Amino acid sequence: MQELSLHILDVVENSLAAGAKLVTIEISENLEADLMTVVISDDGHGMSPSDAARATDPFVTSRTTRRVGLGLSLWQAHARAWDGDLELSSKPSLGTRVKAWFSLSHIDRQPLGDWPGTITGLIMTRPGVDFLYRHQVGEDEFELDSREIKAELGVEALTDAHVAAFLKDEISQALAALGSTA
Amino acid sequence: MAKLKISDLAKIKDRVHQDTSLREGGAQVKITVHMGTCGIASGARTILNTVMDALGETERTDIIVTTSGCAGLCSHEPMLTLERLGEEPIKYAKLDEAKARQIFMRHALEGEVQTDWALAKGTE
Repeated sequence: MQELSLHILDVVENSLAAGAKLVTIEISENLEADLMTVVISDDGHGMSPSDAARATDPFVTSRTTRRVGLGLSLWQAHARAWDGDLELSSKPSLGTRVKAWFSLSHIDRQPLGDWPGTITGLIMTRPGVDFLYRHQVGEDEFELDSREIKAELGVEALTDAHVAAFLKDEISQALAALGSTA
Repeated sequence: MAKLKISDLAKIKDRVHQDTSLREGGAQVKITVHMGTCGIASGARTILNTVMDALGETERTDIIVTTSGCAGLCSHEPMLTLERLGEEPIKYAKLDEAKARQIFMRHALEGEVQTDWALAKGTE
């Protein structure tokens, strides 16, 4: 993974595989504390305590096509290398929450990358799933709720390429307005 | 707190409704980009964005773009599966932007299977 966006996408794909209907993605940049936090929570089918405890072990996976599961362990290794860590909490049938935090200014920290393209791709390819995205930089915050788009334009709009292009642009502008350094 | 401006969305509302009102019946083409960890690490997001952009350049509203997990063929990623209504799905492997665009233009729009990059017929 070359970008933070890809780590986030990978974890959200886990949420989708777990049958989530609502995925919440919260990104926070705290310049004073030199801390960046990413929290992804879903209402998917969750994991048993023993599975949750082993989820960041690369030799554990729920998949049957292969015997390794690298997504969470890769991100955890990165977060630790950037003076942070990743933790996962999960309750069967209630959902899963993944939190990663690390030093915002760490020289090795990956850039957020093409986040507008990533979140737009998620919203567009999964019209049956709701996405709530919050991004905080210091005191300022941006919020995007796909349910509002659905209510305003109808569910077909979420799969419309013109709406996707519009959203991508809006998010890029919002990140610039927030002064995101991620 | 800044929020997505719904008033801005309303601006493209008319256009969307015009587009979707043309939709008759179900989708004619379904494009699935494989988004497992292996796919993402080897460039699946770029493939997805390329397909979305190419779709945006057309007026087609009967093409669905979606994602799925790892297909168990990690060394062949990034991959996509393209299925035209009534035809066998074709799985394409080791893609890049140019290949994805050509597959969209030729296979999704014109129905010509791009055999050079096709890995398999059928679903996994």
